[in-house]
Amino acid sequence: MKEKTSIGIVLIFLSPALSAIFLFFILPLLSALFISFTDFDIYTLGDFRRLKFVGLENYIKIFEDDLFYKALYNTFYFVFIGGPLSIITSLLAALLLNSKFIKLKKFFRTVYFLPVVTTIVAVAIVWRYLYHPRFGVFNYILSLFGINAIDWLGDPKYAMPAIILLAIWKNFGYNMILFIAGLQNIPTELYEAAELDGASNWQKFKEITLPFLAPTTFFISIITMIGYFQLFAEPYVMTQGGPLNSTLSMVLYMYQEGFRWWNIGYSVSIAFILFIIILIITLIQFRYEKKIHY
Amino acid sequence: MKRKFIIKSVLLNLVAISIGVLTLVPFVWMISASLMKTGESAKFPPRFIPSEIDFSHYVFLFQNLDMARYFLNSLIVSILITFISLLFNSMAAYAFAKLKFGLKDNLFKFLLSLMIVPGQVTMLPLFLMLKEFGLINTYLGISIPGMASVFGIFLLRQFMLSIPDSLIDAARIDGASDFKIFFRIIIPLSRSILITLAIFTFIGAWNDFLWPLIIMTDSYMYTLPVALASLMGEHTQDIELMMAGSVITITPIVILFALVQKYYISGILIGSLKE
Repeated sequence: MKEKTSIGIVLIFLSPALSAIFLFFILPLLSALFISFTDFDIYTLGDFRRLKFVGLENYIKIFEDDLFYKALYNTFYFVFIGGPLSIITSLLAALLLNSKFIKLKKFFRTVYFLPVVTTIVAVAIVWRYLYHPRFGVFNYILSLFGINAIDWLGDPKYAMPAIILLAIWKNFGYNMILFIAGLQNIPTELYEAAELDGASNWQKFKEITLPFLAPTTFFISIITMIGYFQLFAEPYVMTQGGPLNSTLSMVLYMYQEGFRWWNIGYSVSIAFILFIIILIITLIQFRYEKKIHY
Repeated sequence: MKRKFIIKSVLLNLVAISIGVLTLVPFVWMISASLMKTGESAKFPPRFIPSEIDFSHYVFLFQNLDMARYFLNSLIVSILITFISLLFNSMAAYAFAKLKFGLKDNLFKFLLSLMIVPGQVTMLPLFLMLKEFGLINTYLGISIPGMASVFGIFLLRQFMLSIPDSLIDAARIDGASDFKIFFRIIIPLSRSILITLAIFTFIGAWNDFLWPLIIMTDSYMYTLPVALASLMGEHTQDIELMMAGSVITITPIVILFALVQKYYISGILIGSLKE
């Protein structure tokens, strides 16, 4: 049947989801854009007539705000160091579990995946104690190798790496599943042919595995990056952004400005800048992908 | 050659086991610390086995700290979000997969483009809006951002596209309305993907933190993650207690995952397929 469905029926099926998305996502998004051009703060909350349009003032203030630059730096650190490390860990785990030598593949897959489904707030609390300078498991392991105790979450040098380590542990199982599926899609004949030609393992990996995994890797790098830009619960629970703001992320800064100090206009502007950064980097990744797959 | 094969096999399996152990250590320590006597988990070198099993921290959480209430809140919120979003998303997915109307493709593309917007951008205005409606500290308020999701609609639509049109046409010739087709044909045939999405949504709602932290300001309405983060403020030194709270928060999700992991993992793979 090719004729159109009556518009009434279409509306009935679409309206619950679309009105929810419009009312509770698109409308707040547009309001956010508007609010970011105002001085909306705690006084405005009491009396809306106090709301004043200030143009680009919030954005100008952000670019003069040292704390914002700190949060931006920390977030980039987490995304561009933690992200690739997570992806590499996932790839290595996938290669391992895809190897014909491994027994009990399904069992290992389940174990590796377990951290992914668990509650980030709960595991961040557990890790906070694992990182404890005096009795934490991490320093115990280091002590076995004769390495001095590290104040993981109390030293600005180590706090972000500690959060990255937690993120790798928590997330690697997810991308591993995607990589395993990608690996299983590579025709085995290619490897057999390469072996006949006397190719080394490294050559096979570089010339067959990596190119075939490129679409998977592209997808993974986009979702990982978008997810990592939204870092919040780990520093909220483990460090409150410290020490010396070394783990203050953009979302945590946004949260503090908005919900602790009620600088709503300013907070929303920070969120918008985060959005624009994610948008730009995603677009760059798409362009880059087009270049390698014509 | 054979020897080399065996050595390689043993080595790789050992690596796999070591990664497995590293993955599980935090969980093992969490569970055993939650069963230790007060102060025992703060010893060096760290203990992995309690000297004697002590359930008092669990008892304390439920008797003195309202844990049952937080658990119930988490359960109600997660079930509510899962139920509403499954209904809303599957209805919209049916329209996008099987109904014919103008602007369909453009509307769908527009929805997909929304996926790039991080939810944090909308949270403050949404909070202010729900405050005006009196929905702060309510189950409805906490459920609102999860009621419909572009990802859910996308996942279900992809699946429904594979349901043959002939089935629908035949039902229509027999005089079935679109509602009958939807509830009698589409929903039963989409069972597996609906279960997958239900698990995704439930786990996501159970683990969610930022929005519940914002919308639930009254401790009586806290979900487990918000309650845990708040307990952390007052009970930082009570390690065993905090670990018991973490065990209570994580356990239901791990059991659920163990029961349905096949659906969960297939969902990840479907979600990653490009148009």
